This record gives sequence, C-alpha cells and structure tokens, in this order.
Amino acid sequence: MADFLLELLSEEIPARMQAKARVDLERLFVAQLSDAGLKADAVTVYSTPRRLALIAKDLPAQTEAVSEEAKGPPEGAPDQAVDGFCRKNGVNRDQLEVRDVKGRPTLFAVINKPGRDTKDVLSEAIPAIIKAFPWPKSMRWGDASVSTESLRWVRPLSGIVAILGDDLVECEIDGVTSGYETVGHRFHHEGMITIGNAGDYAEKLRACHVLLDQAEREAIVREGAAKAASDGDLELVADEGLVIENAGLTEWPVPLLGGFDSAFLDVPEEVIQLTARVNQKYFICRDKSGKLAPNFVCTANIDASDGGKAIVAGNEKVLAARLSDAKFFWELDQKTALEDHAKKLSNIVFHEKLGTVADKVERVVKLAEWLASLEGTGLHRANPEQTQLAARLCKADLVTEMVGEFPELQGLMGGYYAEKEGLPEAVSNAIRDHYKPVGQGDDVPTDPVTVAVSLADKLDTLLCFFVINEKPTGSKDPFALRRAALGIATTVISNTLRLPICKILEHHYDLVFNDVKAADLAAKKAANPGEDSMQAFGHVGEKPATKLPKEILGFFADRLKVQQREAGVRHDLIDAVFALGGEDDLVRLLARVKALQAFVETLDGENLLAGYKRASNILKKENAEQSDAKPFSYTPEKAEKALIDALDAAQSNVTAAIEAEEFEKAMTALADLRAPIDQFFEDVTVNDSDEDKRTARLGLLARFRSAVHQVADFSKIEG
Amino acid sequence: MEMGAGTFHTATTLRALGPDPWNAAFVQPCRRPTDGRYGENPNRLQHYYQYQVILKPSPPNIQQLYLDSLTAIGIDPMLHDIRFVEDDWESPTLGAWGLGWEVWCDGMEVTQFTYFQQMGGFDCKPVAGELTYGLERLAMYIQGVDSIYDLDYNGNGVSYGDIFLDNEKQMSEWNFEIANTETLFDLFNKAVGECENCLEAKLPIPAYEQAIKASHVFNLLQARGVISVQERASYMGRVRDLAKGSCEAYMVKNGWAA
Repeated sequence: MADFLLELLSEEIPARMQAKARVDLERLFVAQLSDAGLKADAVTVYSTPRRLALIAKDLPAQTEAVSEEAKGPPEGAPDQAVDGFCRKNGVNRDQLEVRDVKGRPTLFAVINKPGRDTKDVLSEAIPAIIKAFPWPKSMRWGDASVSTESLRWVRPLSGIVAILGDDLVECEIDGVTSGYETVGHRFHHEGMITIGNAGDYAEKLRACHVLLDQAEREAIVREGAAKAASDGDLELVADEGLVIENAGLTEWPVPLLGGFDSAFLDVPEEVIQLTARVNQKYFICRDKSGKLAPNFVCTANIDASDGGKAIVAGNEKVLAARLSDAKFFWELDQKTALEDHAKKLSNIVFHEKLGTVADKVERVVKLAEWLASLEGTGLHRANPEQTQLAARLCKADLVTEMVGEFPELQGLMGGYYAEKEGLPEAVSNAIRDHYKPVGQGDDVPTDPVTVAVSLADKLDTLLCFFVINEKPTGSKDPFALRRAALGIATTVISNTLRLPICKILEHHYDLVFNDVKAADLAAKKAANPGEDSMQAFGHVGEKPATKLPKEILGFFADRLKVQQREAGVRHDLIDAVFALGGEDDLVRLLARVKALQAFVETLDGENLLAGYKRASNILKKENAEQSDAKPFSYTPEKAEKALIDALDAAQSNVTAAIEAEEFEKAMTALADLRAPIDQFFEDVTVNDSDEDKRTARLGLLARFRSAVHQVADFSKIEG
Repeated sequence: MEMGAGTFHTATTLRALGPDPWNAAFVQPCRRPTDGRYGENPNRLQHYYQYQVILKPSPPNIQQLYLDSLTAIGIDPMLHDIRFVEDDWESPTLGAWGLGWEVWCDGMEVTQFTYFQQMGGFDCKPVAGELTYGLERLAMYIQGVDSIYDLDYNGNGVSYGDIFLDNEKQMSEWNFEIANTETLFDLFNKAVGECENCLEAKLPIPAYEQAIKASHVFNLLQARGVISVQERASYMGRVRDLAKGSCEAYMVKNGWAA
C-alpha cells in the first residue's frame, strides 16, 4: 500500500474554473483506477492558481491477477476456426485445454492476466487524464503549436509531479515529463522544490509560501478580510463568491484594508459595490451605523516587504480611478432626462422579429394603462398617469452610460435617475422594481404602479415570443420566458390580483401582432407580398388570438406546479382544475386547488375518488360517454332513487358554492354524494339485462361524473 | 497610423500568421476615442502608449521573461502585488482570439498577456505570445504619482500633462462632439474601397492598413454616437471582412496553407 501524489503545474488557472477542475480531476482519476481494477482508500484534490493536485491514499502496489476462460470450437474443428480462436485470445494452440461440454470435447483457452504494477497503470493514466480533461476553454502554446493537434491545456502546462510511495511514476506528454520537482510561490521562493512523497508535499509547499488547500486559503480570506475591516472599526460586507475568487487568485493570501475619498459616496452604493467587486475583487465595508464606508479590503498574494503599504496605496489609486469613472457616468447620465434617454430606445433591437425596445415600451405603456383600468382586479388602485409615465420610462436606463458599463444595474439606475429628476416616488419605484421578482426568493412588487408595469412588461414578453414561436424547449429558454411566467404568477398570487389572464392576452394580441407584422415587413422589405406572415410562424387552425392565450395558460399551469411544490400543493390537483378549461384567474384557481387538496385527503374524498374511478371505468367500458337525461321507464330501486336525489341536490349546491367561490362548501356538497354512490354500487346492477335499466343507470353514472367535474377533472388525480 | 492597440500593427497581426519565427518589440501610440475623459480622469485617456512585444513561437519561460522585465524597470515584486488574472482576448474586428491574462500590479491592469490562438480566422501555427505593456500606468508606479498627467516626461521639468493634457481636452471634444460625421462616413467608405482595391491587386499589407483606417474611423463614429445598435454589428462585420481578407491575402502571398 502506498500513497500517490499528482501535481499538474501550469501557468495561472482562472479562479472561476478551479472548483470544477478539482471535481473533474478526481472523477477522471477514479475512473482510470477503476478501469484497472484499482481503488484508493481516499482521494483528495487541491487547486491553487498554478497547480491542480491530487493525493490518493493506500493504493495497492499491484492490480489483482485475473484468470479468464474462453470457450472455443469443439475438438477436431477445422484448423481455420481453431487458429482464429487462438488469435483472438492471444494463446498458442498447444495452450488450449480440452473440456467436456455436455458430452462433447470442447477447446478452451485459459487467459491469465497477471497483476500489473500500479506504477505502470498510473503512468498510462496520467497522460490519458490530461488529454481528456474537460476545460471550458483550452489552448495551444510553444514550439509544439505548429500543429493544431498539439496538447491543449487551460494555460501552458509546465510540469508534472507523480510519486507513488517514494517512487517516481514516469510519464511524458508532449514534452512535459514527470519528476520530483515543482515550484514554490512565484516571488517568495526562487528555484525548484524537491518533493519526497505525498506526505511531505503540502508542508514543503507551505515552507515555500504556497498554501495548497483552497479551504485554508478561503478561511484566511474570509476571516482575514473581516479582521482587517474590524481593525479599522468597520464591518465587512460578507461575500462568499469573493472569498472563493480571491482564494483562487492567490497562493499566499493577505487581506489588506484600504480607503477612498468619501466624495465618491455620492454615487449610489450599488455602483460602488459593483465597481469594487466586479472590477477589482474587493470587499466593501460598512461603518457602525450600517452606512457604506469609504473603505475596501483587497487580497494580496504576498507578504510584502513593507507590510503592504505600497500595495494598499496602489489599490487605492486604482479604485479611485474606477470610482472617478463611475462618478463621471453618474453625472453625465443625469444631464439627460429619462424621457430623452428613452428616445434612443428606438436604436436598440428588442428582437429582430419584434422590433425595437421603443416598440416594446409602447406596448407596455398601453397594456399597463389598460391593466390599471380593469375594475375589480386589484390593479385599478394604480394611478393611471403614474402608471403611464413609469411604463414609458421603465427601459430608459438601458441607454445610459452606467447601465452600459454595468448591465446588472438595469432598473436600479433608472430608479435613481427618476428620483433625481424629482418624479413621483411611485414612478421611480416602478422603474426600479419592474423587473422583479427575478427568481425564487426575490422581492415581489406590491406597489400598484410597479405591479401594473411589471405585469405588463412580462405579459408582453411572454405573448411576443409565443407569437413568433420562440417557446422554451427542454432546458433551452433563451428569452427567460419561464422566469417571466413564474414572476407573473408569483406577483398575481401574492397580491391576490383577480386577473383574467386569457382575456388580457387576447386584448393585447393585436398590438403584438401588428408590431410583428411591421418587423416582418421591414425585414422582408416587402419581398414576398401577399404571404400571410402568421403562417410563417406555424399558426394554423384556430385563430392565434384565442389559441395562444390558452397555450400560455398551460405554460402558467406548469410554472404554477413548480412554484407551488414547495408549499406542498399537489401538481396533479393543479392539472385536475386546469383541465376543466376556462379558468384563467390564478388566485381563484389556486383557492380551488387548495380546497380540493384538503378534500381528497379526507376519507370522504378518498372514497368519492374511488367511486368516481369505478363509474368512469364502467362508462369507458360500455362506451357510454353521453348522459341523456331520459325519464325513467321503471321504478328506480331505493339506492338508485337515493343517488338521483343526492345528484339533484349536489349539482345545484356545488354550482352555487363555486359561483360564490366558496370552494370548501363545494367540496362538502360533493362529499354528500359519497354515501349514495357507495350504496348504489353495493345494491344496484348497472349491467342489467333490461336494456332500459342499463341505459338509465349508465346515464346516472354519467351524471355523477359530470357533477364531480364541476369541481375538478378527477381523472387527472393520482392515487 | 491611428489604431486602438499594438495588436493591430502589421508587426503583430500579420506576423502572427504563418510558420516563421518572429520576435519584435515596439512602442505603439494608441487611440481609443470612446475612452476620452476630457483630461478629467487620472488614468483613462483617448491617446496613450503601449509597449508591444510579440514572441513567436511563445517561449516556455515567457512568464518569467515578463516578470524579469518588470523588475528591470524598477517594479519590485516583493513590494508590489503582481497577479495574472484571467482575461481572454477576442477581437471581432480582427477575427482573432487568444487566452491569457491581464497582469495586475496592485490591482491595476498594467499588461495584457495573450497567447494568440487564431488571427484573421486562421489558426496560429505556431502560437505567438503577446505582451502589451501600458506604459503610462507602469511609469506611474515607478515615479509614484497618482495621475498620468503628473508623470515626469523628460527628467527636466516637462510633465506628461504639459504635453498631453490639452491634447486630451481638445481631442475628447472633437471625438465626442465636433467631428463631422458625414466626413467620417465618407472616410469609412473610402478606406473600405481602397482596401478592396488593394486586395484585388494582391497587396495584403496596404490592404490591411486600409482596414485599420476603416476600423479607427468606425471607432470615431461610435464616439459620435451616430451608429445604432443594429448598424453596429454590420459595420463591425465589414471591418472584419476587410481584416480577414487581408490576412487571407497575406497567407496566400506567402504560400502558406490555412
């Protein structure tokens, strides 16, 4: 048993690629071992900016010897067949054995595979791992790169350390040969270090200012940055992404506190944070009162000879220049009113088939206004002038310098600029927040103006891409339509908005269609006059104005299932209610689903479902799908009569309760059918020899089924 | 010639093509009209200098050679934090890309370090290593000043600002506000025409120079804000076609296969 060390030394590996590279190295290594029948006790992987390393514990010195047998042709078979068999198994004729197979002498080859030295397995495995390594981007370099077939690595590969026990595992790939030597820290240690074995590797590196274990470096960054801040009487804004990135950029991390001119604090906090974080990989700090402080923490890669003074001074200069640029943008953007910025949106293509962002804004304005005018939806509380203004300006910041520099600040910057212009708070809030909610857990807008603009924007996007037939497929959703639908559903439900979604989409359809046609026309420059552009998008049959909204509603149903899963709402019940069709009020739908779920989980519900399934099966078998309400030609039996009475009562009770949106009451009314249907199946023979009785009883079952369908399509319910 | 970076120089772009070894170093004045800040930003200018180094094929000790060059000009790596931070390079206008880093000195990008993988749409065989030093930024470290304009230019009382501050102010104004856009569009089209003319005459070097001219005029048009987003892609496509065409002609002229 021996431990194995592998180090792949290279020029600096991008920080963001290191975590996956460690996983890949382990996976490839374990696969190579298992192909050879080897298994390590434990495999640990490490990365620094300059090396990927792996330590495998307790590898056996050899693979196990294996003996395999192959059955060949019968004894006395033609020479050709016997020779072929020998060739295939790599044995000589005189090594064949004769054995009895069901009374027939048959030739057998015994193939003994002796155990291989693990060292030999490894020297083949290492080049194989390097060749198969799945870097997201890789490159060629140096003399060998005269051929495009030369070795690829993330950056030039400069060395391989491969030691099993104390022995070198010899291997070579494209001129890089394995050895005992590696390098220490770029600046703290000159020359080569000789590694003895897996056991002394990490400590030898540490002595040369390289901390091998990323977890240790991360801890130093995390705790060191917090300490640097608290030494300056500040509190660090924790950022685990930055911790990992800085640990991936350093072999010897040293967090240092720096500062900047407090005059830059005029610039919005988010801008300062992004500048510091994205461009410079600095942490930001808050003072004791929670306000952003004019300070930062950077992470150096050396223990500087002056304690880091020059490094801090240098970093301060850089951040000052960056902030000075941000301030320049912040002030420049404010010289133009949002209304004027918005004019430039006609230069930005929203989608080639959908026109410009200005076209989109125009549609959003109209839809938002219309939404805000809908009585009884909960949206009419939105002030119409403010809604109109907010919708008109909501995308204006896309053409500002700041959003050009930091696209992730869209919305936010518009909100700031609106505030600076002195626009009403509801308007600046709506501009800022109309993209929300961006994901699960993001804030959901509640301000009526924001909600109107946000819904209008997302509904427009959804309808647009359905109209041009750019729907999400599988894992592909390039226009984030799932997110848009989820955002709409979340906003509608958490604000209890009573929106008839299909009706809204139908209303909005013409606006979208006209813009699509215009874009289409502009694109074709009337090259093919007379062609119906909608046919080009594959809409045939039902008018898209009514067909698409229904399709989109189905899309909502799927999103709703995902969204409600966490709340414990059953997806089959959502299907059961959606299947009834015509329900596009998500709030009402969900209330009904919840009542249904409570009901089907009771004993009454379970039994009713069982009765329903039995009735359905009989109807299906008898092919009696119609429920003709014929007068009875005979005197119904007692249980029949009881069911008829119960159905009469239940039908009107369920209808009334559903109309009043009293779904629990509707379920109770449905529950009243349970005893009569059970009794009916107990006492009455449906498949009576009397044709009249049979028809009437099937009719009764069909009535029962439609009574249940008033609440939900029970055939969709599982279990 | 006006160009955005030393990479555009024929000694880089064209010499990166083909199998011949090539080692060159030169100072390249660069112009990036949209980077103009009217002389108000301490380290962003629309005109500055690069020290451009190209080593083909890339030597195995190129990183050490580079670090030694920093030490040689007075940057002590035990005092300053030198780092290689991922920065892949792609030039849509040159049909080129490479992998490498921006080299940070105390958080400031002082050098762009790239291993060219493709140029003008052709695989680089062999790969060249390119080092592009930001001269002003390095000088700021060495002289310990906070603004480019405060750099000592000649050791005899003349500062960088004395020479270039007014230039930055005037050029920023011209780039952003004054340049006659009709003239610029006209210049663009003329450069395109002349490039095509040279390509027809199988003269890749002058053809490539015209492509560079077109590229710079396009940058000026961008600074004037008269190229819409839709048009932008098509203008860039035109410049790329010129650059690629020149590279292809250069390969053909030298008898190199792709």
